[in-house]
Amino acid sequence: MNYIIGAFKPACHVTVTFSDEKSRKKVALKKEDGQTVMVPLFRSLETISGRVSVEPVLGKKVEHNGIKMELLGQIEMYLDRGNFYDFTSLVRELDIAGEIYERKTFPFEFSNVEMPYETYNGLNVRLRYVLKVTINRGYGGSVVQYQDFVVHNYTPTPTINSSIKMEVGIEDCLHIEFEYNKSKYHLKDIILGKIYFLLVRIKIKNMDLEIRRRESTGSGSSTHVETETLAKFELMDGTPVRGESIPIRLFLSPYELTPTYQNINNKFSVKYFLNLVLVDEEDRRYFKQQEITLYRLADSARQGETL
Amino acid sequence: MVADGVEDEEKWLSAGMAGLQQNAFYMHRALDSNNLKDALKYSTQMLSELRTSKLSPHKYYVLYMKAFDELRKLEIFFKDTISLGFSIVELYELVQHAGNILPRLYLLCTVGSVYVKTKEAPAKDILKDLVEMCRGIQHPLRGLFLRSYLSQVSRDKLPDIGSEYEGDADTVMDAVEFVLQNFTEMNKLWVRMQHQGPVNEKGKREKERNELRDLIGKNLHVLSQIEGVDLDMYKEVVLPRVLEQVVNCKDDLAQYYLMDCIIQVFPDEYHLQSLETLLSVCPQLQPSVDVKTVLSRLMDRLSSYAASGVEVLPEFFQVEAFMKLNNAIHKVIEAQADMPMVGVITLYASLLTFCLQVHPDRLDYVDQILGSCVKELSGREGLDDSKAARQIIALLSAPLEKYKDIDTALKLSNYRCIMEYLNDSMRKEMANIIIQNIMNNKKTISTADKVDGLFELIKGLIKDSDVETPDELEDEFKEEQNSVARLIQMLHSDNHEEMLNIINTVRNHVLMGGAKRLPYTIPPLIFSSLKLARRLEGHDQSVTGEDVSVTPKKIFQIVTQTIDALASIPVPGLALGLYLQCAEAADDCDLEPVAYEFFTQAYILYEEEITDSRAQVTSIHLIIGTLQRMHAFGVENRDALTHKATGYSAKLLKKPDQCRAVYACSHLFWIDDHDNVRDGERVLFCLKRALRIANSVQQMANATRGSSGTASVVLFVEILNKYIYFYEKGVPQITVESIQDLIELIRNELRGDNAKSDAVTDAFFSGTLRYIQFQKDKGGAISDKYKLIAL
Repeated sequence: MNYIIGAFKPACHVTVTFSDEKSRKKVALKKEDGQTVMVPLFRSLETISGRVSVEPVLGKKVEHNGIKMELLGQIEMYLDRGNFYDFTSLVRELDIAGEIYERKTFPFEFSNVEMPYETYNGLNVRLRYVLKVTINRGYGGSVVQYQDFVVHNYTPTPTINSSIKMEVGIEDCLHIEFEYNKSKYHLKDIILGKIYFLLVRIKIKNMDLEIRRRESTGSGSSTHVETETLAKFELMDGTPVRGESIPIRLFLSPYELTPTYQNINNKFSVKYFLNLVLVDEEDRRYFKQQEITLYRLADSARQGETL
Repeated sequence: MVADGVEDEEKWLSAGMAGLQQNAFYMHRALDSNNLKDALKYSTQMLSELRTSKLSPHKYYVLYMKAFDELRKLEIFFKDTISLGFSIVELYELVQHAGNILPRLYLLCTVGSVYVKTKEAPAKDILKDLVEMCRGIQHPLRGLFLRSYLSQVSRDKLPDIGSEYEGDADTVMDAVEFVLQNFTEMNKLWVRMQHQGPVNEKGKREKERNELRDLIGKNLHVLSQIEGVDLDMYKEVVLPRVLEQVVNCKDDLAQYYLMDCIIQVFPDEYHLQSLETLLSVCPQLQPSVDVKTVLSRLMDRLSSYAASGVEVLPEFFQVEAFMKLNNAIHKVIEAQADMPMVGVITLYASLLTFCLQVHPDRLDYVDQILGSCVKELSGREGLDDSKAARQIIALLSAPLEKYKDIDTALKLSNYRCIMEYLNDSMRKEMANIIIQNIMNNKKTISTADKVDGLFELIKGLIKDSDVETPDELEDEFKEEQNSVARLIQMLHSDNHEEMLNIINTVRNHVLMGGAKRLPYTIPPLIFSSLKLARRLEGHDQSVTGEDVSVTPKKIFQIVTQTIDALASIPVPGLALGLYLQCAEAADDCDLEPVAYEFFTQAYILYEEEITDSRAQVTSIHLIIGTLQRMHAFGVENRDALTHKATGYSAKLLKKPDQCRAVYACSHLFWIDDHDNVRDGERVLFCLKRALRIANSVQQMANATRGSSGTASVVLFVEILNKYIYFYEKGVPQITVESIQDLIELIRNELRGDNAKSDAVTDAFFSGTLRYIQFQKDKGGAISDKYKLIAL
């Protein structure tokens, strides 16, 4: 029996190790099966190098028609029957056809790889980067091994970053003015602001600030938009009166946010909104949504920032 | 419905408590295992119980206190965490990740308090951030408790002068600013509470708000505790800001409470120096605010401050405290037209107390206050309010107590006017107070004008009111009249003329008193007059020519007229006594005809008015006693009077009375220090007559009861005593034999078969014998005389 099971087992173990595995920052990545694994983090134009080791199962040899490694950038649209689109594809031949009797390692290197898009796991779309090792074998089927990695790209601090200020209201009923200190926030940023109550004729029960993500996939008539609320943050408890001002201080770090993505490879966009919601005693909701731009700031750039 | 509400509330409370305790339990576990993440998670859940809207303030407080205790543990944990190297800044951020605002802010305050302690950031910045963030809670009850929590944890961390959290410059200002802001916000929430919820539960809400008021007041207390709040800062910053909030909140409950709080919490000298600011607010308060109590309390405080020592008084003068208070009161009364009378009077009473304390020398102020009172009183219809009347009495009593001198009150022209507004019983009470005051201070009143004024004041006691109160309590009435009588004794002037004026004045007032009062008030007046007469007698020799207007004669005329007034009321006994007193006084003044006239009056009364036999006995003894002491009478007048007196004595109804009166008469004929009155015959005659009467008493007793009572024996013994007395005085007609006969007689009587022994009589008799024996043994001339008596 063992023999039979052994026949369906891969003939060899393939492991990919990065050359700076120990020093490189790792981030959590959620895989399809729901498991979270820690994978290395890269930026665009970084060199991705390392080695692949192939270790045949004890006492067996591996016959192959060549070993190659690919670096793939893929966009997967769930609504499009799970099709992949490779926007980046680089190939390295690691070995010519031959036989492997014992553990053998092959170095690889992709220099200055252009990876313009960030890894993204959305509701309807996924963008991923992966190293794919293929051991070609004629009959018994090829051995394929994937190694995911994550790409984050940093944006410099925007030079123009005006505050968002707005006066909204329902005539003779509710009149408020709100202010967010910026229109562009980095992912560990703090949203500061204030809400002024200019006129209050309804009995407000509480007020929340929501962070909403709008993910649109496809283009033209087949565009699909999905919105999810990532954060719900209570700003106020109770009924304010005219003249009150309520402070806003929302730390973005606890939430799983990504930068704003604009038309990634003509396949999808991700936008973020701040939604100010007032709820009255009859549970009616009054809200105003404002788009904000999120960007990723290099850790080094955030030094010295507090509160 | 209501019962259900209460029951439900209990349920909700216990549910809340249970939830809180459960999460507190998990929190403790997290704390024990040093798990910050879980600690935050469970403390957040625990604090979520405070988000309830279902509890009344009272119940919510229970829940809050429990959470408060738990947060103390959490705070200690935070401190430990920090000391282990965790960044406080990070922790300060971390707690702000909580999605629900209420738990978030409780945690923020808790961490903030630790943050201040680490001194990694200036205390003022952290506190400012906290108080600003707390704006997120707009729900009155939850907001109040949250801010109260903030105030609680920050109390010992204010950047006050001398505090370890004091910053570089002007940080006291930050401390003050922080407390003021928290106070303002709390007050707003507190006031808002009144306007939320159904209208029909207004009363209930008011009650609930009252329960919460100390949460707000505590802020003022904290302010007063800040070292750096000196007078200048108080005047320039603290008070104006607090008052601004008080005025702007336009809520009567809050205004009243906060004003009171300000007055109670801050030091006296601050109030004094900022009086104008504080007072200027009063007219701006809501009409329904009990300003009078507020002002009264203020004045009371200032009064006791003034009383604390003379060294503070210059401060009062410097700021013209009185004028300011006076103006403020006028304005308040003007502004609150419908203030009840009692309020107005209370205000003035407090002002008066203040004035007396601060300006004891300014009687014009006092009078001014009373004048204002009169004006207010006159503007209103009748004073039915008994509370207001009480206040008037307090108002009027204050100057008396202060000056301890009725003179002062008499100088106040408005004093009397105010009394006009009292009803009868109150006026009486006030009069009593005045008299008590005079008695206690033992100050005599020495001019007729003052006396006149005084009697005007106490006329409630002197005169019957127009409306007679029929069922007046007898005891009370007596008590009142007795005090008037005592008062009359207090009127005295060394100047004779003035004294006479006083007497005349009193007389004029007293005579209006009516039949019921005269028996109480006339005697002291008479005695007072007689005292003057006697004084004049002693005086006349030295200063002749002066004081011509005042002569004893004149006084006796007045006295006679006064006693005549008693004639209209049937109190002959009293009148008789007074006549006799007058006669004695006239005797002292050597005015024989006057004295004789008085005796005549007394005799007339005796004959015409005194019909009761017991009264007769008393009167006759009075007459005999007085007559015996007379010196001025010539033989003729004296004979006439003694003759009459003996005659009356012999005509008494009861024999024993007769007997006693007759032997008493014997004294009229032998007066030691009176050479003209040495008539031994008549003495003996009287005594013999007494013996005869005693004999007949005995016979009558034998005849009616078949046995001789001891009553007559007592008489014999009494007569024996008289014999011995006169024997000792050397009356020749009293012989040894007669005494011995009498002793023998008494012994026989006592030994007699049918005589019942009577201890009193026996003792009396043996006492008498012992006296004789004693005199015998004493030696000397008297002893020789007694030795003749054989026992």
